[in-house]
Amino acid sequence: MTLELFRLNRRFAGFHALNDVSLAIAPGEFVALLGPSGSGKTTLLRILAGLDYPDSGAALKDGEDFLATPARERRVGMVFQHYALFRHLTVVENIAFGLRVRPWRQRPSRAKIHERVDRLLARVQLEGLGGRYPSQLSGGQRQRVALARALAVEPDLLLLDEPFGALDAQVRVALRRWLRELHEELRLTTVFVTHDQEEALELADRVVVMNRGRIEQVGSPEVIYQQPATPFVCEFIGKVNRFAVRRTSVGWAAGGWMPEGDPWEGRFAGAVAYVRPEQLRLAVPATEPAWEARLRHIYLAGSIAHLELHVPSLDQVLEVDVASEDLSRLGLQPGMDLRLAPRSAVLFAQDPAGATLEHERWIWHERDRVHA
Amino acid sequence: MRRRVLPGFGLSLGYALAYLGLIVLLPLAALAWKASGIGPHGLVRLLSAPRTLAALRLSIGGAVVAALFNVAIGLLVGWVLVRYRFPGRRLLDALVDLPFALPTAVAGIALSTLYSPNGWVGAFLEPFGIKVAYTRLGVFVAMVFVGFPFVVRTLQPVLASLEREVEEAAESLGARRWQTFFRVILPMLAPTLLTGFALAMARAVGEYGSVIFIAGNIPMHSEIAPLLIVQKLEEFDYAGAAALGAAMLLLSFVLLILVALLQRWSNRWAEVSQ
Repeated sequence: MTLELFRLNRRFAGFHALNDVSLAIAPGEFVALLGPSGSGKTTLLRILAGLDYPDSGAALKDGEDFLATPARERRVGMVFQHYALFRHLTVVENIAFGLRVRPWRQRPSRAKIHERVDRLLARVQLEGLGGRYPSQLSGGQRQRVALARALAVEPDLLLLDEPFGALDAQVRVALRRWLRELHEELRLTTVFVTHDQEEALELADRVVVMNRGRIEQVGSPEVIYQQPATPFVCEFIGKVNRFAVRRTSVGWAAGGWMPEGDPWEGRFAGAVAYVRPEQLRLAVPATEPAWEARLRHIYLAGSIAHLELHVPSLDQVLEVDVASEDLSRLGLQPGMDLRLAPRSAVLFAQDPAGATLEHERWIWHERDRVHA
Repeated sequence: MRRRVLPGFGLSLGYALAYLGLIVLLPLAALAWKASGIGPHGLVRLLSAPRTLAALRLSIGGAVVAALFNVAIGLLVGWVLVRYRFPGRRLLDALVDLPFALPTAVAGIALSTLYSPNGWVGAFLEPFGIKVAYTRLGVFVAMVFVGFPFVVRTLQPVLASLEREVEEAAESLGARRWQTFFRVILPMLAPTLLTGFALAMARAVGEYGSVIFIAGNIPMHSEIAPLLIVQKLEEFDYAGAAALGAAMLLLSFVLLILVALLQRWSNRWAEVSQ
């Protein structure tokens, strides 16, 4: 089913939770709503579920007015952040709930319900736990009961509110992969809310980055990560180094680094640049423009190492990520002097007052050094 | 035994048991001892007397019906107080406790004045042929009055802790409002409703002060068992009074056990938690 949202607005007392939000969701898509708390992502999800209504705007499902449909007729499966299981019902009764409350004519027979519940129990890997009460289950198991309960009514749209928020790190990663596999199998249009950018990038086909009730960017995880549309997206997704760039007589420059090219053709005097820690190259030959930097700290974090380098010409500390084995290959030691330059950067022009212009974006890539 | 943050298990348990023995068990034992003075023949004669049976039936039956009524109304009042914000909510909340605070005799006199055929409410009901004061209905009204706060007060914290999300989950799974209420909310409240029922009932069974003013105390019709006990005391029939008291106690005890069993069943989902 196709879902189209047009200019949704939702205000709470003194707070604009959704501000002109428009979005289209294609059949079978796996969409992440990503943003900090208060960005409106949960409000949007609740509006899709029919648990909240926008002040203005429209929503169409396959061309029909979605907002006019009451929640219980929307064919939406909702998994709540804290699961909202019926604690007085067993796992089986929880899963069967949506089938048992159907009007008599549409209600499947007892045997059919039983069969479907059994199938769902197997699907969420909870065979043998059907007789338990929610209080007897672990967090990950409760999560899967909530999912099975939502799937039991055969929804057209699956909504998940912070699906992994309440779980510990290991369970979270395992459940994440499992959910992705489940989606590939069922091809059910799915929208989930998260504040964890790693989760969004890993799981979703398309990520919707939200901030203060607005959509900042919609795109595939690669696009969101490599071509962030706004400074907010740069800073919210992943780690990033930020520094000022100035126009000089020979082009743009920041300290010893000089990105070649000028998409703005002489306009603007200043810009702000964002560079990801893994996009910084160490040990740049002296023939190329680069920053002179001193290595201050090495934080080894398993397969990668985070380096902190002080760059005097920027008067700033930059963070660089390298593979752990590069530490010994390059003989890195705290206190060493290194030459440092970005491989790629995202720049936003600034007006004379110093305000960042979101629409003046320059995605800069280093020219191919080997063939140049 | 595991080390605890607050020590003193032995000491506190000892005090608790000694206190319970002194305050609850000792008077009960005295009651049983006193009651035994009546002898088996006397006991059978007393308990098979039609007047005794009618009084016991009214006291216990009335208390059960009044408690059921209180559960229904208490659920409504508790729901309104917890779920909605409206001007005067705190005042209404404070009013709930009034039956606790009012001397029961005062309540009885007020109720009988209100419900007597020329009282404010009574005069209104009279044309419909409904008589409250000096009838069994009056007994019921007084019992409802004294038991009411118990249901509301036991229910309030539990209502407040009900997650809204659970109701939303039911709705999005296709449940209609009445289905959400009867299949989700009511079963989750059942253990608490039963606690409120038991408390309200226990209070109503033993209620004396407010009931005797409104009941009219017509033997075989609107005479409650506690009044019969007082009459026996006034006739210096201490053994008879004690025996009747013990019989009431036993009946109430059986009822409370039944409620406790029902409660355990309705709360099975919480009992099994790890």
